[in-house]
Amino acid sequence: MRNAFADELKTLAASNHQIVLLSGDIGNRLFDPYKKEFLERFFNCGVAEANMTGMAAGMALCGLRPITYTITPFNTTRCLEQIRIDVCYHELPVIIVGVGAGLSYAGLGGTHHACEDIALLRALPNMTVICPADAVEVRLALRAALSHNGPVYIRLGKKNEPVIHKKQPQFIIGKGIIIRQGSDICLLSTGNILPNVIESAIRLEQKGISTQVVSMHTVKPLDNEMIEDVFDRFGVVATIEEHSLIGGFGAAVAEWLSDQPPQKGRLCRLGIKDTFLHQCGNQENARTMAGLDSAKIVTKVTNYWRQRIDTHRN
Amino acid sequence: MKTDITELESVASQIRGKLVEMSHYSRAAHLGSALSCVDILVTLYWNSLAIAPDNPAAPDRDRFILSKGHAAAALFATLAMKGFFPETLLDTFGQAGGLLEEHPGPGCAPGVEAATGSLGHGLPLGIGMALASRIQSIPYRVCVLMSDGECNEGSVWEGAMFAAGKRLHNLLAIIDFNKWQATGRSCEVMALEPLEQKWRSFGWEAYEINGHDIKVLLEIMNRFPSVSGKPVAIIAHTIKGKGVSFMEDDNNWHYRIPNAQEVVKAKGELGLL
Repeated sequence: MRNAFADELKTLAASNHQIVLLSGDIGNRLFDPYKKEFLERFFNCGVAEANMTGMAAGMALCGLRPITYTITPFNTTRCLEQIRIDVCYHELPVIIVGVGAGLSYAGLGGTHHACEDIALLRALPNMTVICPADAVEVRLALRAALSHNGPVYIRLGKKNEPVIHKKQPQFIIGKGIIIRQGSDICLLSTGNILPNVIESAIRLEQKGISTQVVSMHTVKPLDNEMIEDVFDRFGVVATIEEHSLIGGFGAAVAEWLSDQPPQKGRLCRLGIKDTFLHQCGNQENARTMAGLDSAKIVTKVTNYWRQRIDTHRN
Repeated sequence: MKTDITELESVASQIRGKLVEMSHYSRAAHLGSALSCVDILVTLYWNSLAIAPDNPAAPDRDRFILSKGHAAAALFATLAMKGFFPETLLDTFGQAGGLLEEHPGPGCAPGVEAATGSLGHGLPLGIGMALASRIQSIPYRVCVLMSDGECNEGSVWEGAMFAAGKRLHNLLAIIDFNKWQATGRSCEVMALEPLEQKWRSFGWEAYEINGHDIKVLLEIMNRFPSVSGKPVAIIAHTIKGKGVSFMEDDNNWHYRIPNAQEVVKAKGELGLL
């Protein structure tokens, strides 16, 4: 995803002269092609994220379109107050890009895990939160964010994730993309966990449970129309995210649900429990520990589905 | 551009009188912090900065950021007296439904460049603006007014290092060194001194001056933008509560609100009665 981001940014910067890239001493070599053409619009801001975010806001106050980029926790929770006040309070078109969503950098330890960022940034007024699922969505998200006149947070994975979209889908901020159709269960996925969700859907189909998959790339604003539709049509609606169960995408859907009359669908939330992960391992290991591998997703969703059938029988 | 010192001092006294009244009527704190930076604001707005009251959004204007947002009243009174907006708007300061809050909000009044109030934000904002000048090839200068207590914030020193590294000669930081922060002597709460040397060692041109001497302030502003190419820091020695004898260097006036008698007494001392 990060390679797609760097490449797309270079393309867009050629025609949009307001684009300025601010990096928090990260992306070694990644931005060399961009720097080669737009060195005057690139700043390595050092390991100083508060200053980087404030500077981006200052640039936006002068009509520029700054983009800050570093590892997710350092570009979100580390400088949260600068995002809140300098960017969101002023309602400025600053794009904050976090690389290493969720457990992408699992092996680097808890300091580099990013499982609270959606919750914190979603709570900020004026903020838009986008979690692209693959490289295609990254490119489209960046274009959409640059057309949006306000703060946007884009949560990237890292690199070499599977590309899901074989064709370029229509990408509108706040509108989910249906990946596959189904009729029993609907899996709402946000961000980089989508490949696991699709694998889960295939396994569920093999068990005879017809499963729909939606890429909910935008967590805020929530696609209320889509959510209303799937709770009306499916017996179980599951949210899946590589993020804490507290305050993330599933929580946003739960908030929506609590404001509605009783729905046909039952909500099942999958995400990371309220704990730090302490063991070594890569992203795949960490996902398994967190219950986000496709086998565990299938088990949990199937249980919800069976319980629902049992309830109906009684 | 005004250079008559007596005239500028008279403007400063009028602003100080207005601040005492505003604090009284709106029951807003931070009067001592507002009074300490008045002479600096008068020098900047009446002489040194190129910001036209009738065109406060001109792309090539100089930028001023009140990073010590708790002195909002001083900025509002300065802008009103300079003609950015009618002085009657000051009556809405801190009043329910009004837009002039005790810390300036975004776009709350013409001439207010940025929302501030949480300390340590103004310098990074100003650096971004100074860089924008360079990127967009629009020459202007950026001035950030900070408090001494504000220099506790790490983001100030992140910004200081960055600005020096990029040789932002069009950036000026003024520290209103009034020797107090909210609940203690600023040199006792943290090892603030030697402040001038700190800025110099961070790669800035730095000067220590009397922040109430308008003649000195006018002169020092001639050093900005710097010839050396470095950003400029002015450590302005000031007195918290300056201009009102019973408020001067008394930190109770960080939070205290003057009563009606105190307002009269203060205005008398300022030569406004």
